Amino acid sequence: MSLVYAGVLSHAPGITGRAHLVKDVAKRDEFYAMLDRQRQDIEDSGAEALIVMAAEHFGNFFMNNMPAFCVGIGEKYSGPIEDPDWLKIPKTEIPGAPELGTRLTREIMQTVDTAYAEEWKFDHGIMVPLHFLTPNYDLPIIPVNINCQGPPITPLHRAWAFGEAVRRACDSVPEKIAVVGTGGISHWPATPDSGKINVEWDLEFLDRLVRQDKEALLSYSDEETYRDGGQGGFEIRTYIAAAAAAGGPGELQFYTPDLPIFAVGCTVARFDLNGT
Amino acid sequence: MSLYYLQKFLYVLNRDEDTQQQFRDDRDAVLDNYDLTTEEREALVNGDIGLLYVLGVNGQILMHYAAFLGIEWFDYLDLMREGIEKHGPVRAGVYTMTGGGDSFTEEEKNR
Repeated sequence: MSLVYAGVLSHAPGITGRAHLVKDVAKRDEFYAMLDRQRQDIEDSGAEALIVMAAEHFGNFFMNNMPAFCVGIGEKYSGPIEDPDWLKIPKTEIPGAPELGTRLTREIMQTVDTAYAEEWKFDHGIMVPLHFLTPNYDLPIIPVNINCQGPPITPLHRAWAFGEAVRRACDSVPEKIAVVGTGGISHWPATPDSGKINVEWDLEFLDRLVRQDKEALLSYSDEETYRDGGQGGFEIRTYIAAAAAAGGPGELQFYTPDLPIFAVGCTVARFDLNGT
Repeated sequence: MSLYYLQKFLYVLNRDEDTQQQFRDDRDAVLDNYDLTTEEREALVNGDIGLLYVLGVNGQILMHYAAFLGIEWFDYLDLMREGIEKHGPVRAGVYTMTGGGDSFTEEEKNR
C-alpha cells in the first residue's frame, strides 16, 4: 500500500545498558512507556516491515569503503555486536525483508545513489530501537545507514533527498511499511563529557523538525552542529530523513534532558504522512 | 601515523567473534597483520583506553572495545580522563573532551 507510519526515537546504548544506574526511575519509565506507545502505534498501523534509518557506529561500514547511504536487503541479520552484558540486550537473529528491500532499493536508486548490503551486524544504533519497537524480533527489518560518523559525512540536504526517495519507494509497493529515524540530537557520547546535553539547541532542532521546516532543518553547517550539538549531533541526519519521508508535520511525544546517564536528550516523535 | 590501521583493527575486533577469540588467545599474533607504531601496538596489547583515546581512536570504536574488555561504564570515563591527564589533549578526530573533565551526571558524581 504505502508508508503507514513515520517517527523518530533515540538509540543511545545507555538506554538499555545503563538502565540500572538511573537515579530518576520515574522519568526513565515514562520514557520507556512512550517507546512502548510507539511500538503500539507501529503495530496498529498494520506495518508489514519496518525501515530503521540509523547512524551506525562502525559495526559494518568503515573508511575502507564508506557509503553515504546503505539499505539492507539481507534475509536475516544479527546483533548486537557489542558485549550483550554491557548493552543488556542478548545476541539474537533479526528477520530481514530481502525481496521488498530490493524493490525499494531499486526505486530509491532512481534519485539517490544508495549502496546496499545483504550482510549487516546491528550495533546499539539499531538494536536499542528494536528492543523497544519489536521486542520479539518478529517484524521484518530493513536497516538503513546514513553516514554520521566517518567524515566527510553525508550532507543534510542529501539526507532529506534520501528520505523523499524512501517515501516514493514505499508508496510504489503494495506492502504496508513503517519507517523510523533513530539518532541523537545534541550529545557528546563516548567522551568524558558523556551526559552533556544542549537543551536549547535540542528544542530548536525539534521545533524545526515538527514544523517540517525544511529550509531551517537543512541550514545547520557541520561546524555549527559540532560546536553546539557535539559530534553526536551529526546524527540529526536520521531525523531529517524521517521528516522528509513523512512529508507532514510532527508531534513531539517525549523529550527530556533529565536522563543524562543515557548520554542524550531522550526523544520520541511521530509525523503526519500527508504534506500540507 | 597509522591511526587508520589502529582503528581498522578495533573495527574488525569489535564486530568479529573469531578475531575476538584470536585476540584473547594471543594479542601479539593478531596485531602482526596491522601496520601499527610501537606506541599503538602497546596500547592495544595493554588495553590502554586512555592512550587510545588520546591517540584519536573514534569514541564509538573505543567504547565498544572497552565494553569488550569488560570495563565498567564509570571506570571507562575515568580512564579517558586519566589518558588526557597523562598524555595531553586528544590528538585527532572529533571525540575530544570539551569540558574540564567534570562529570555531567549525578549518578557518576554520587557513585
